[in-house]
Amino acid sequence: MATATLTQERENYLNQSYGIKSWLLTTDHKRIALLYLVSITFFFFIGGFFALLIRLELLTPAGDLVLADTYNKLFSMHGQVMIFFFLIPSIPAVLGNFLVPLMIGAKDLAFPRINLLSWYLYIIAGLTYIHCMLTGGVDTGWTFYTPFSTAFSNTKVIEAGLAIFVAGFSSILTGLNFVVTIHRMRAPGMTWTRLPLFIWAHYATSIIQLLGTPVLAVTLVLVVLERALHLGIFDPARGGDPLLFQHLFWFYSHPAVYIMILPAMGVVTEIVPCFSRKRIFGYKFVAMSSIAIAVFGFLVWAHHMFVAGISLYSALIFSMLSYMVAVPSAIKVFNWTATMYKGSISFSTPMLYAFGFIGLFTMGGLTGLFLACLGIDPHVHDTYFVIAHFHYIMVGGAVMGYLGGMHFWWPKISGRMYPEGWGRLAALIVFVGFNLTFFPQFVLGYLGMPRRYWDYSHSPEFQVLNVLSTAGASVLGVGYVLPMVYFLWSMRYGKPASDNPWNAAGLEWQTTSPPPTFNFEETPMVNFEAYDYEHIPEPEVAVER
Amino acid sequence: MFENFPLWPARASTTAGQVDALYIFLVALSAVMSITIFTMILYFAARYRRRQGVAAEQIEGSTPLEVTWSVFPLVIFMVIFAWGMVIYFHERTPPQDATEVYVVAKQWMWKLQHEEGQREINQLHVPVGRDIKLIMTSQDVIHSFFVPAFRLKQDVLPGRYTTLWFRATKPGTYHLFCSQYCGTQHSGMVGQIVVMEPAQYQAWLAGGIAGAPLAETGAGLFQQLGCSTCHRSDTQGRGPNLVGVFGKKVLLEDGRTVVADEDYIRESILAPTAKIVSGFKPIMPVFQGLVSEEQLNALVAYVKSLGQAAPGARPGIPAAVQPAQPKVQ
Repeated sequence: MATATLTQERENYLNQSYGIKSWLLTTDHKRIALLYLVSITFFFFIGGFFALLIRLELLTPAGDLVLADTYNKLFSMHGQVMIFFFLIPSIPAVLGNFLVPLMIGAKDLAFPRINLLSWYLYIIAGLTYIHCMLTGGVDTGWTFYTPFSTAFSNTKVIEAGLAIFVAGFSSILTGLNFVVTIHRMRAPGMTWTRLPLFIWAHYATSIIQLLGTPVLAVTLVLVVLERALHLGIFDPARGGDPLLFQHLFWFYSHPAVYIMILPAMGVVTEIVPCFSRKRIFGYKFVAMSSIAIAVFGFLVWAHHMFVAGISLYSALIFSMLSYMVAVPSAIKVFNWTATMYKGSISFSTPMLYAFGFIGLFTMGGLTGLFLACLGIDPHVHDTYFVIAHFHYIMVGGAVMGYLGGMHFWWPKISGRMYPEGWGRLAALIVFVGFNLTFFPQFVLGYLGMPRRYWDYSHSPEFQVLNVLSTAGASVLGVGYVLPMVYFLWSMRYGKPASDNPWNAAGLEWQTTSPPPTFNFEETPMVNFEAYDYEHIPEPEVAVER
Repeated sequence: MFENFPLWPARASTTAGQVDALYIFLVALSAVMSITIFTMILYFAARYRRRQGVAAEQIEGSTPLEVTWSVFPLVIFMVIFAWGMVIYFHERTPPQDATEVYVVAKQWMWKLQHEEGQREINQLHVPVGRDIKLIMTSQDVIHSFFVPAFRLKQDVLPGRYTTLWFRATKPGTYHLFCSQYCGTQHSGMVGQIVVMEPAQYQAWLAGGIAGAPLAETGAGLFQQLGCSTCHRSDTQGRGPNLVGVFGKKVLLEDGRTVVADEDYIRESILAPTAKIVSGFKPIMPVFQGLVSEEQLNALVAYVKSLGQAAPGARPGIPAAVQPAQPKVQ
């Protein structure tokens, strides 16, 4: 207790200065991470609220809760909020921002002011999008398909497009900062093969952000130009080509899935060794699989277009390449599993999320094999099968990873422990609620229920599965509110955290909790490999039973 | 399988069985793979749970293992890929002699027209056992023609034709869904595919309000719009002779060749200067905005009938004025 009190009194990045200005003008990567944390949590609950309304509408076959146009806006804005304002910034901008400099032994990111700029861009984008939602919203789906978005929708397409355009720059700047930081700011001795795999995952993610996001930006600008100035780019009535839009859109938006999942894989790769007390199995294969995913991820976009009217032979190529990208993902799952072999495994909350991630990601990945398959996709494309698949990856995968990471590093971020019992309970609720929500949707999709249907009174046979899904969603909602409540609670009442409560490897655990403004008292020297658990004692009371 | 809790829709086309077979294989494969992984994780979690005084054993990795679990899945993936490819090529290659139905999608309605002239809205009657080819286009945004019982789906685009074919195997009434989001009443853009025994189907054909066969309507338009003044069936016309053109290669003024398919004919009507036939001048007026999708379909059907009905065309008489023969199997 004496050390704990001492920890509280030590100067750290949280108590170093006070007042609104000290936060809004900070260039400390850790404070910016917290700015992001607050902002994305806000958007997460907006997106979640839309999801709740969608699930309530689908409880009965008739379209009876909201109007058709309202429903179309709800799923469009649910998608856009969750993807562009929550998932894409989630792990990189919060955990990545906080941890990348700490993990490589740096004082800050390479460009601290650009880091702050990226948050301001995010906020400008977010405020624009909120204005768009409050003044009518947008109904194009998150995908902006043309010519609907450019010539037929009478909602606020331009405003939504511009908001996402700006958010894209925030994402590009974060990626840029990470790439330069990882190249230039590593502590002495921190070679590429000693880097934590969280860093490798973020490096791969940053490359996608840098190369992919500009294409989305260009595409959105073209949509805005066609809509505002009636140029003929995508609208066939004006001489454009709607498939060109789809190619451009998916050239970014497929790799964007990897922007969401790669960082989560990085988180899991930190958690599994720590709670198995083992070095990671096959370090180089896990590292290289991140790079392979980033590279191959750029070559598979047209698997979203097998029924869109592309040629048979291009469909063939894209199907085959899609199977290639599945291999590095499989490698990761096998390596995490092998890491547990002969380990000393404990079941703390972060590890429960890691278990959940591996299970749900595996199922999301396996159902991806169905969708990459030219024989199956024409039937299940644009049905609930696709919805279930990508929620397994993006919610079952990315959000589980994010929550696992938040629990794992919460002691470092806040200097406080969260209540372990509540943590485990919430992890269990999230897992059960998630499966109950989304598993029935696989069956629903194969039965043929198309996505984006407000009313299915012509097909009452879909109702039972929809009721299950809605029930699951309400459980899932509880699971998401719980951590927010106890994290907030722990900031005041939580037990003070020691510097390294999990006895984890990694430089971030060698500094104090919370870290001082410049992270380390003196620049660390690295003469050990990542996950060097052989030389770190097991925590004595890491797990309270 | 289960009356109130089905796991798949009715199987009512030749494709459905093929798709389901692959689907069941994939479900079984996924079950085996996930159960293997989950069992290992659960076993390790139980067997190696933290115990006082028992330390973890450090293992660096194993290249042979890494290679195994990279190559082995890849081989399985390639099998799935190849199997899927076979089905896809089969379902995307319409038989030559399929009966054609023209589909025009619009917000939020399906308009269908048979070769024989019958028009339908949000309903399509087809006989069991006959190959049907849908030639589809949209008047506005992108829609998608989806029949779960046939396991088939194809986006319907404005400004071009996409096709889909099937052979129904089981009489019944099946869902037709629009599966590409198309605006307010997207979920109301639904209809029915009514699959009938051939005899019943003939009765239905006879009983309907029979408009003129599609190609005949097209022949009328061909006269009315003045096409026939230049596109004569001899060599004297200012435009190319269209008899027998459909499905053939056409040499263009710029040296390229194109196959005269539905999309080419469509484009040549709407934007004639896009592809000029070798030896002709770009003098044809643009019909973009002057003909409806239905009229275009009739014109295309007429030009196609010129290609196929060539033996019946008597020499010396312009084919344009001959009533085209609807193809009946």
